[in-house]
Amino acid sequence: MDPVSRVHSKTVVIPSSNIDTDQIIPARFLTTTTKDGLGLQLFADWRYRTDGTPNPDFALNRPEARGAQVLVAGRNFGCGSSREHAPWALLDYGFRAVVSTEIADIFRGNSLKNGLLPIVVDESTSRWLLENPGAEIDIDLNAGRLTLPTGLSIAFPIEAFARHCLLNGIDELGYLRSKIADIERYEAAQAS
Amino acid sequence: MSARTLFDKVWAAHEVVAETPDTPAVLYIDLHLIHEVTSPQAFSLLKGLKLPVRRPDRTLATMDHSTPTSTEQVFGNVPIKVDAAAKQVRQLEQNAAEFGVELFGMHDSRRGIVHVISPELGATQPGMTIVCGDSHTSTHGAFGALAFGIGTTEVGHVFATQSLLQRKPKTFAVNVDGRLRPGVTAKDLILAVIGKIGVSGGTGHVFEYRGAAIRALSMDERMTVCNMSIEAGARAGMIAPDDITFAYLEGKPRAPQGAAWNTALARWRMLATDADAEFDAAVDIDASSLEPMITYGTNPGMVLPIGANIPDKTGDEIFDKALRYMGFHGGDAMLGKPVDVVFIGSCTNGRLADLQAAAQILKGRKVAPGVRLLIVPGSQTIKREAEAAGYAEIFKAAGADWRESGCSMCLGMNGDTVGAGQYSISTSNRNFEGRQGVGARTLLASPFTAAASAVRGRITDPREML
Ligand code: SF4
Repeated sequence: MDPVSRVHSKTVVIPSSNIDTDQIIPARFLTTTTKDGLGLQLFADWRYRTDGTPNPDFALNRPEARGAQVLVAGRNFGCGSSREHAPWALLDYGFRAVVSTEIADIFRGNSLKNGLLPIVVDESTSRWLLENPGAEIDIDLNAGRLTLPTGLSIAFPIEAFARHCLLNGIDELGYLRSKIADIERYEAAQAS
Repeated sequence: MSARTLFDKVWAAHEVVAETPDTPAVLYIDLHLIHEVTSPQAFSLLKGLKLPVRRPDRTLATMDHSTPTSTEQVFGNVPIKVDAAAKQVRQLEQNAAEFGVELFGMHDSRRGIVHVISPELGATQPGMTIVCGDSHTSTHGAFGALAFGIGTTEVGHVFATQSLLQRKPKTFAVNVDGRLRPGVTAKDLILAVIGKIGVSGGTGHVFEYRGAAIRALSMDERMTVCNMSIEAGARAGMIAPDDITFAYLEGKPRAPQGAAWNTALARWRMLATDADAEFDAAVDIDASSLEPMITYGTNPGMVLPIGANIPDKTGDEIFDKALRYMGFHGGDAMLGKPVDVVFIGSCTNGRLADLQAAAQILKGRKVAPGVRLLIVPGSQTIKREAEAAGYAEIFKAAGADWRESGCSMCLGMNGDTVGAGQYSISTSNRNFEGRQGVGARTLLASPFTAAASAVRGRITDPREML
């Protein structure tokens, strides 16, 4: 995985709360056996009309959304199914960070493992971001801070180990495999 | 040692390396369940790194999500309708063969929904850690296992190391006292819990369902409850194992046998939460006051007693958007609303007890004209049991479509879908927009409510028909 340390980008806003992974990537696109190309189907049922043409009212389809790397959403983003296709689709589309007041557990874990930053902020920061789509914001993973164009800078929580892995481009599996001797000892103790 | 919860005990027994402020715990995984949708990329990871599956003996594979349910497609020569689904099924067959993983394939008499077959085989046992690339892995917590859903990268981690990096979640006691009244089921109970806690109220926590109402539930019912823990945002849901659990497991093919059974039983009896153990959070619910429940919106927390009216929150944009999708209005009564499709099945309510409940209502009755009733058993074993018990005959006589096992219309991946704008009463677990098909409108309810509504063609309180 490539190291991730900073995302500086304008935002795109989808204000709904409880955006579940079925919305992020509907189940009918899960028949793929790779991770590639899922960006096309990101938010498919909101993004496209039934005839397949883009729905001009949807945030991602507005011209000003082009190139945005930060998705700002309402409370409890990523709930529901454990499908890792959700962060794969967001990343493939071009997002590098998701900002909400609450991010569901499995989605958060899946995102961290793929280099998509799940950023949890307080209510008032979230409200400001929801009300100011397109704002240029800065996310500094090293400092653990998100800075608004107003100059306001807030700290966001991120699990220490995940942060370390992201900053250094370390794959968690490599770390886990370095513990194989411990795992073998555990297995031997269980078997006896 | 200080008093510990069921969760604390299972967690501690599986810590290969304890967590520190800088590093998560290495948690050993006893049982890894896999299916065709969330495993291909994990097998690719292994191939890329030239690694084997470390413990194929602790890995079980089945195919359920994208598989067809029509008998002709499963057993006849009719090809799987969805091309990519057929490819996914073939890929799992190849991967399982290549890596030496036991697979309950398309024609296996033990095949079924992953969360249905593992308990049925006795592979799910108290005190275990169980994971699967599927959020409803929480189902297995009904046995006092710590069971949770993981992503595909983590599936790869478990393949390679039989372990996971995990931060220890917090504990949450869901105390349910009293007793469910006739016609009110485990499904209504868990929908009421989600309604009370909210769809993210359990985030970061592991539930333990406790109290007299939980103790009185059968294993099928306990699985229904634990299954939907994720719908309240919880990482997992657990119930302490007791004599009901042990009676269910005894003699199951993969359960310990003979002397090993007695040893296991002694160990399992120690798992229950100690009397003065403390939880990080708690909620109390009185089962005696519950009614049959039904959802009216686009997440499982938007739920009501069936006789209630939809709340009026005009001006709440998100609420209004959900109602617009559903074609409902604040103030509407739920009872009497028309229904197009009824789905009875899924890992929530596709077990024998659920089919028995449906049969109880459908016996000697007919599905209303214009309504499609699809009944899909959770496994091939349940299918045979339901046929032997005469339920299948009742279903067919009522005009229902009786299928081979699988996830089917729970997520509509295999071609079993609800049409745009149609109303579906479903015994599954998610009423998200489009979950059962593009534009489909899902109302979650119990098998009783689903069957009763199929007969009347309208949302019906099942107690009128019991
Ligand atoms: S029945 Fe539904 S919820 Fe259960 S495993 Fe299948 S798709 Fe998931």
